[in-house]
Amino acid sequence: MSSILIIQNAEYLGETVDIVVRDGKIDSVGPKADATEGAEVFDAAGLKVFPSFIDCHVHLREPGFEYKEDINSGLRCAAHGGFGAVMAMANTKPVNDTAAVTKTMLAKAKATWPHGPRLYPVGAATVGLEGKELAPMAELAAAGCAAISNDGRPVGGAEMFRRCMEYAHTYGLIVIDHCEDPTLAKETHMNEGATSGRIGVKGQSVVAESMQAARDILLSEYLDIPVHLAHISCKQSVELIRWAKQRGVRVTAETCPHYLLIDDRELENYSPMAKVNPPLRTPADVEAMREALKDGTIDILVTDHAPHAEHEKECTLDEAPNGISGMDSAVALTWTLVTDGLISEADFIKRWCHEPARIFNLPANNFEKGAPADFFLFDPEERWVLTPEAMQSKGKNTPFLGRMLKGRVKAHWLGGVKVV
Amino acid sequence: MQENQRFTWPHKDLLDVSQLTVEEANHLLDTAEQFHEINQRPVKKVPTLKGKSVILFFAEASTRTKTSFDVAGKRLSADTFALTKSGSSLTKGESLKDTALTLQAMNPDVIVIRHWSSGAAQYLAERLDCAIVNAGDGWHAHPTQALLDAFSLRQHWGRDFSGKTLLILGDILHSRVARSNVILLNKLGAKVRVCAPRTLQPAGLNDWPVTVYTNLNEAVQGVDAVMCLRLQLERQQAGLLPDLSEYATTYCLTARHLAMAAPGALVMHPGPMNRGLEIASDIADCAESLVLTQVASGVAVRMAILYLHATRKDGGSK
Ligand SMILES: [Zn+2]
Repeated sequence: MSSILIIQNAEYLGETVDIVVRDGKIDSVGPKADATEGAEVFDAAGLKVFPSFIDCHVHLREPGFEYKEDINSGLRCAAHGGFGAVMAMANTKPVNDTAAVTKTMLAKAKATWPHGPRLYPVGAATVGLEGKELAPMAELAAAGCAAISNDGRPVGGAEMFRRCMEYAHTYGLIVIDHCEDPTLAKETHMNEGATSGRIGVKGQSVVAESMQAARDILLSEYLDIPVHLAHISCKQSVELIRWAKQRGVRVTAETCPHYLLIDDRELENYSPMAKVNPPLRTPADVEAMREALKDGTIDILVTDHAPHAEHEKECTLDEAPNGISGMDSAVALTWTLVTDGLISEADFIKRWCHEPARIFNLPANNFEKGAPADFFLFDPEERWVLTPEAMQSKGKNTPFLGRMLKGRVKAHWLGGVKVV
Repeated sequence: MQENQRFTWPHKDLLDVSQLTVEEANHLLDTAEQFHEINQRPVKKVPTLKGKSVILFFAEASTRTKTSFDVAGKRLSADTFALTKSGSSLTKGESLKDTALTLQAMNPDVIVIRHWSSGAAQYLAERLDCAIVNAGDGWHAHPTQALLDAFSLRQHWGRDFSGKTLLILGDILHSRVARSNVILLNKLGAKVRVCAPRTLQPAGLNDWPVTVYTNLNEAVQGVDAVMCLRLQLERQQAGLLPDLSEYATTYCLTARHLAMAAPGALVMHPGPMNRGLEIASDIADCAESLVLTQVASGVAVRMAILYLHATRKDGGSK
């Protein structure tokens, strides 16, 4: 006996549609579905429907730091945030630099929540993230890693980074680089600028990022191998990426909600919640980031979800770890980009769903007949306050805490199974 | 103390001079004048803060500032307790949060804090009910030093600093003394210059209310006072300076430089001095040197600060 689910009166790209799901797959998306006997019906009047989003940059903390987040809580948070798939970075303990770790992560995801969001581990580029020896990428690819990255401990040496790109390419994997020159970023706690100078905190220059972005771009062009630049934060970097794209260099880039919405003045009162790496930049950088998202220089949106335990952020700025717990609020925060008129609704879906799948060769979610029924309903009008209680992540560390957000994920189906 | 009773001190804490209006800064310095007078008496103790307790929490070593606060508290008959890095659980890796809770439990009237983290004093101020006095936090602020420097200058310049130009010389980047002095001296009407090699200048310095120099010969022309900063010797290891003798050759304040300043220009240093590195030894000891005046001013200014914060009635702004 086949199961049928009908979502009625949902709004999809400006049209009111009914969605019929049969056996976990989309059967039709159209103006009006016929009533079917025995069908489960969900009235979505006033809600928008989006194909499940993909978050290509999260830190799920398992193995090793389960007290911050674990695969189960991370995937639950993803589902509530509107994400049907996440790519989890390798800076766990042990580091994800062997098939054993990759397989453990995948097994854990499957065991704890078989119908939950899909987990795509990202393998380390170098053993132990130490930047000295190449990680066994053939093994990592075979075990199920979707990409390669030393995120968390960027590869400083240009020669080593070149070899990472070449070797990863051999196994069909793309390298995601956290662009940061370690020598320029040493012991820094915020952006270097007027604010850091005034409040007496050691700052990280934008050049620490843009210089590595330039390195990666030049290597990508020279080697003719694509490269993906993680969480880009500043004007100088997007100018370089724009230049590279004009030259036809195969570079893609991502940014996070916080780099599009807030700036380094958030740290005026030494708030550890706003401490993130790369650091929040200046208002001019935020403006440049928004422009770059609009014109496509920045290809995709990601959260860089980095949960921490409460006590870890309950300290002075210089002692606090970097990171914002982002998946709970990402969709609401970036929805403002649509309501501000910066990007269209179709673009919003593209940057959170279609482009991530294209860049990382993940299954496309085209929201058409035959596709898995992976979608969520979103109330664009609901106002809600981001409180610790409202967050599914174990990490309550976000500078948006206490803010009124507009727009909220109301329900989420993956393969036709309601997960939220 | 009749003068003071008419003025309600509005601040729970003293975190930086940026929070003070000109009127408040002057009131504080006027109060210090009265305590300064007490310090000249044969019996230097008054019962003003009898029964009040002051905790001196110095997570970073500083004999001078700690002693100065200790003497200031004792001369006002307050009970002072020192909690130093080695004497506290800080060495065991206790977080500032837990230290704060411990301090609160002791129910003091004032906590004087010195800490290596910028923002540490504010961190305590936001969490504790008692008055927090910032005795230096990271590279951020050192309000009591700026106030005692202003107090020392007042004895020569009077209350109004307009028409006076002061040069701050040395490591501006890492200096909380410089940051607080730039703000306060501007408030009091002085023009401020700073001079340092680019490696010791903070980002955004051009937006500060100062004129920036890298050349000491130019910077010192016609100034009414020069404030030298202490140079931490490890700046050389950090790659911010070549050998220290080159630094001394280009940035050490000498008689030759003072000759280019205004006649009778004053010389200051927050101590402890690296003689021959930031300041020539004969200049440190010259007639125009305020170095010892600064130490004496420090006690009077800190007495005023403890007095205003320990006797403040509740209801003021944080
Ligand atoms: Zn990163």
